[in-house]
Amino acid sequence: MPSLDRDEVARVAALARIDLSESERDRLSGQLSAIVEAVAKVSEVAGNDVPATSHPIPMSNVHRTDEIQPSLTQEQALAGAPQKEDGRFTVPQILGEEA
Amino acid sequence: MTQTVKASGVVTSTATEMAADLASGERTSVEITQAHLDRIHEVDTDVHAFLYVNDEEALETAASVDEDRAAGKDLPALAGVPIALKDVMVTRGMPTTAGSRILEKWIPQYDATAVRRVRDARMPILGKTNMDEFAMGSSTEHSGYGTTHNPWDLDRIPGGSGGGSAASLAAFEAPLAVGSDTGGSIRQPASVTGTVGVKPTYGGVSRYGVIALASSLDQLGPCGRTVEDAAMLHEVIGGHDPADATSIDAPVPGVVEAARHGRANGVKGLTIAVVKELGGEGYQDGVRDRFEEGVEALRAAGATVTEVSCPSFEYALAAYYLILPSEASSNLAKFDAVRFGMRIEKETVEKTMSATRAAGFGDEVKRRIILGTYALSAGYYDAYYGSAQKVRTLIQRDFADAFAKADVLVSPTCPTTPFRIGEKLEDPLSMYLQDIATIPANLAGIPGMSLPSGLAGEENLPAGFQILAPAHEDARLYRVGAALEAALASAGQVPLTRHLAGAES
Repeated sequence: MPSLDRDEVARVAALARIDLSESERDRLSGQLSAIVEAVAKVSEVAGNDVPATSHPIPMSNVHRTDEIQPSLTQEQALAGAPQKEDGRFTVPQILGEEA
Repeated sequence: MTQTVKASGVVTSTATEMAADLASGERTSVEITQAHLDRIHEVDTDVHAFLYVNDEEALETAASVDEDRAAGKDLPALAGVPIALKDVMVTRGMPTTAGSRILEKWIPQYDATAVRRVRDARMPILGKTNMDEFAMGSSTEHSGYGTTHNPWDLDRIPGGSGGGSAASLAAFEAPLAVGSDTGGSIRQPASVTGTVGVKPTYGGVSRYGVIALASSLDQLGPCGRTVEDAAMLHEVIGGHDPADATSIDAPVPGVVEAARHGRANGVKGLTIAVVKELGGEGYQDGVRDRFEEGVEALRAAGATVTEVSCPSFEYALAAYYLILPSEASSNLAKFDAVRFGMRIEKETVEKTMSATRAAGFGDEVKRRIILGTYALSAGYYDAYYGSAQKVRTLIQRDFADAFAKADVLVSPTCPTTPFRIGEKLEDPLSMYLQDIATIPANLAGIPGMSLPSGLAGEENLPAGFQILAPAHEDARLYRVGAALEAALASAGQVPLTRHLAGAES
């Protein structure tokens, strides 16, 4: 199993949208490598004949009746927004300079 | 010198006793609720179980219950008995943070289903309890708002992630609390605080309005100081909810009746199996001694005792630390600085997200999101997440074989008594071992209970006894738990929290 070196930690953190400082990268690289090494043993035990379990209690096709239920008003839905305008969430520029 | 938090007076009653006192008119809900609020104001500076205290609304609920009772109206069994809620449940009009700075000052616009059921049961809500950030941890040290201290020894951890709920019970700041358990977050805190905590069958309590950690593992459950108290709360919060697609569409198991039956009649006719793999190496001697005494007490109460082997449990911790971070990395993507919570404004929305998540998430959350993102990323999915899901199947098979030989399985809840604050912070893997005995139940979706087995070690700190039952058989936990509690009580061992009730020493 590959270890999580500093560059790999930086790459994955970027995918997860978390800025990391240099020292965080160093620390996480050591800690995550140790964790990955410890958990990698899962691949030793289960062969191709073992099916995967994604959900512990089997259930399928859970439906509810198609009825209108009370829901949040627009004002309530926006109540926690860091910034809003004209009944909408406001965000900074969504495309980079190159776009 | 060990600093212990002791209590006296009405707050030391059980929830069941409080309900009886309210029904008979011996006490009012305002009196009981005020006593708990006073208690919180008296000790919570030291314990720090609460992130938010809901004084005003709790007293309003209490007064309205007293009024309705005086008017002779029919009231639910726990009406007027106050309760604390883990801050992972959204509460209309009350701040909800899940222990994270990224949600600081967020006020939800709706109630989780479990919260609505608590309100419908007319229980005054005392406040929101501290937890490891997004329920990631076994000590509350990962809370963004400071560590909760164990009432047995303020220098020690109260367990986690639901350390606030468990500590509030042990400190007599609340008689009941709701917790959430993804890998042991109800049971391990119960173990290290000398209280009772139950993780119901997956789907037994609605998760609508609960801030998700790992959706295939998370389950809400009741916390109390006695088995019967936990059962009373289980019946309040449990049951089908169409708003949660994973909710079990069946009546709540008769857990209160099961608890009363177990206490009165013991466990004659039941077969109880000790799980070979959940004991032995890595478990503190005193914890093992108390556990073995508990097993003997159950034998004396009529049970047949046997041993089972679950060989795949060796891989449970590894599978858990792949499945949980993977699901958490996906669930926590919603904290994007757009719809709620913190925003660190940058030029673009992506930079805003990355800066906000860097500032708003703590170390453990970053660690697990990055681990999960890695485990799900191209090239690693089959080796990690895929294999972990296969291990889950093997663990379910081990449980199925074990339950073919026994009605319930038992083990120590946690390998140790509470450790010192700070002791494991720099060593995540050693912290993760706290949950080694509780994780298999989450992976298989089965119900589990922790109740006190006695005081252990040179320091005389609480140890826990875990009971596991097949899916949907939650009532068995309560029958066996109540029988064990009664047997240990007659031997003077439990309820453990009585050591904290009474004169100051």
